Amino acid sequence: MLDRYDNNSVSLAATDLFCERDDRVLFESLSFAIGNGDLLQLAGPNGAGKTTLLRLLAGLNRDYDGELLWHDEPLDDVFSEYAARRLYLGHSAAIKRALTPIENLRWLVSPWAEQANISDDELWQALEQVELGGYEETPCNQLSAGQQRRVGLARLDVVPAPLWILDEPFTALDVYGVEWLEQRIQRHVERNGAVVITSHHALQNIPSLQRLDLGLLAASPSRSDAVSDAEEGAS
Amino acid sequence: MSLVAATIKRDLLLAARNPGEWLNPLMFFLMVVALFPLAVDPDPKFLARIAGGVIWVAALLATLLSLDALYKSDVEDGTLEQWLASGESLYLLALAKALVHWLCSGLPLTLMAPVLGVMMALPQDAYWAMILSLLVGTPVLSLLGSVGAALTAGVRSGGLLLSLLILPMYVPVLIFAASAVYHAGIGMDYNGQIGFLGAMLALAACLTPFAAAAALKLNLSR
Repeated sequence: MLDRYDNNSVSLAATDLFCERDDRVLFESLSFAIGNGDLLQLAGPNGAGKTTLLRLLAGLNRDYDGELLWHDEPLDDVFSEYAARRLYLGHSAAIKRALTPIENLRWLVSPWAEQANISDDELWQALEQVELGGYEETPCNQLSAGQQRRVGLARLDVVPAPLWILDEPFTALDVYGVEWLEQRIQRHVERNGAVVITSHHALQNIPSLQRLDLGLLAASPSRSDAVSDAEEGAS
Repeated sequence: MSLVAATIKRDLLLAARNPGEWLNPLMFFLMVVALFPLAVDPDPKFLARIAGGVIWVAALLATLLSLDALYKSDVEDGTLEQWLASGESLYLLALAKALVHWLCSGLPLTLMAPVLGVMMALPQDAYWAMILSLLVGTPVLSLLGSVGAALTAGVRSGGLLLSLLILPMYVPVLIFAASAVYHAGIGMDYNGQIGFLGAMLALAACLTPFAAAAALKLNLSR
């Protein structure tokens, strides 16, 4: 690929997004941009379309109108390039229960393994970071739900992607886990990374937080204003 | 590419951890063929005539039995999402899944078939034909089956639907393969049938991953 921009620069822009499910408009005229150092939280009641929007941003769903641009080019045209620069952590963690955390993690980071030269040592360290030290060789079906989530989160320490797209990452985590993940997100933003997240969690410790309230969008008549309002409200 | 290799490795590891999943169809294969002489007629002359057909029908049904699980867990646990998110070609991933499926079903079936040939009094001349037909024919079963498995992965009890979708496509494979074994048994040339099976394999290997990849995408866009 052409090396027109620095590897770690993030520029994802949404213009006039419109999406409906089962004849119900989830959002329309939705425009925003995500750059380095941004933390965008998608908020709203259940069923407001948070996960749908997140999946659009991750490039998993192309069922929308409007434009999604990665460095000013349509997402579909530069998808493999985009895929290498963003980490998508879905609602389901893609953990195989018969395998051990280290085996699962090896598979999870495999798209980056060659290019970033990820060694096994780093993976063991990452598992230690998420407090799975000593459980590396225990099959995941003997671990708790929270521990299984942690296996997926261990990726955050290893994968060299500047843009994180996280769907409800706090699910099933205990207090310490939540604290660790908050710090991890904060550190990523401070290091000029970008994070888009859906969560009912408050995330108040992170200063650069922007909120995008999808419930508001559906309710308010002047929809394009809602984003900036929400951002102002947060800052 | 590294995701494809990692997926093959992971799925083989999974097969090693859950041997029941691929041993069950194999046991089914063994039992069907072992019961046949008991129920019908143990006369070696009679068995020799039907041996190829029986072994192939049993192999086909055993493959069908193992297909249901091919993509089910990948759709449920988010693996499919990660495939799509990686930007890796789904064509290659679908091909890899079919390959792993064959390694865990078609290959053991082929290796076991000579033993069953003895049970069914298969004529001496037909052994090579049977092994060759299974070696070339069972990958076609895995490839065609992976399309059905991808289509029904999101359906709660898709087993029957899968059989209905896939069986008609299996019929040509069955006809040519069984005919190869039969003709070898009566001392005739069977190159033509094996050639047809080879052509089917070439076609299936090129085309079915496209269909499976499209079906997998459908699963996610709901």
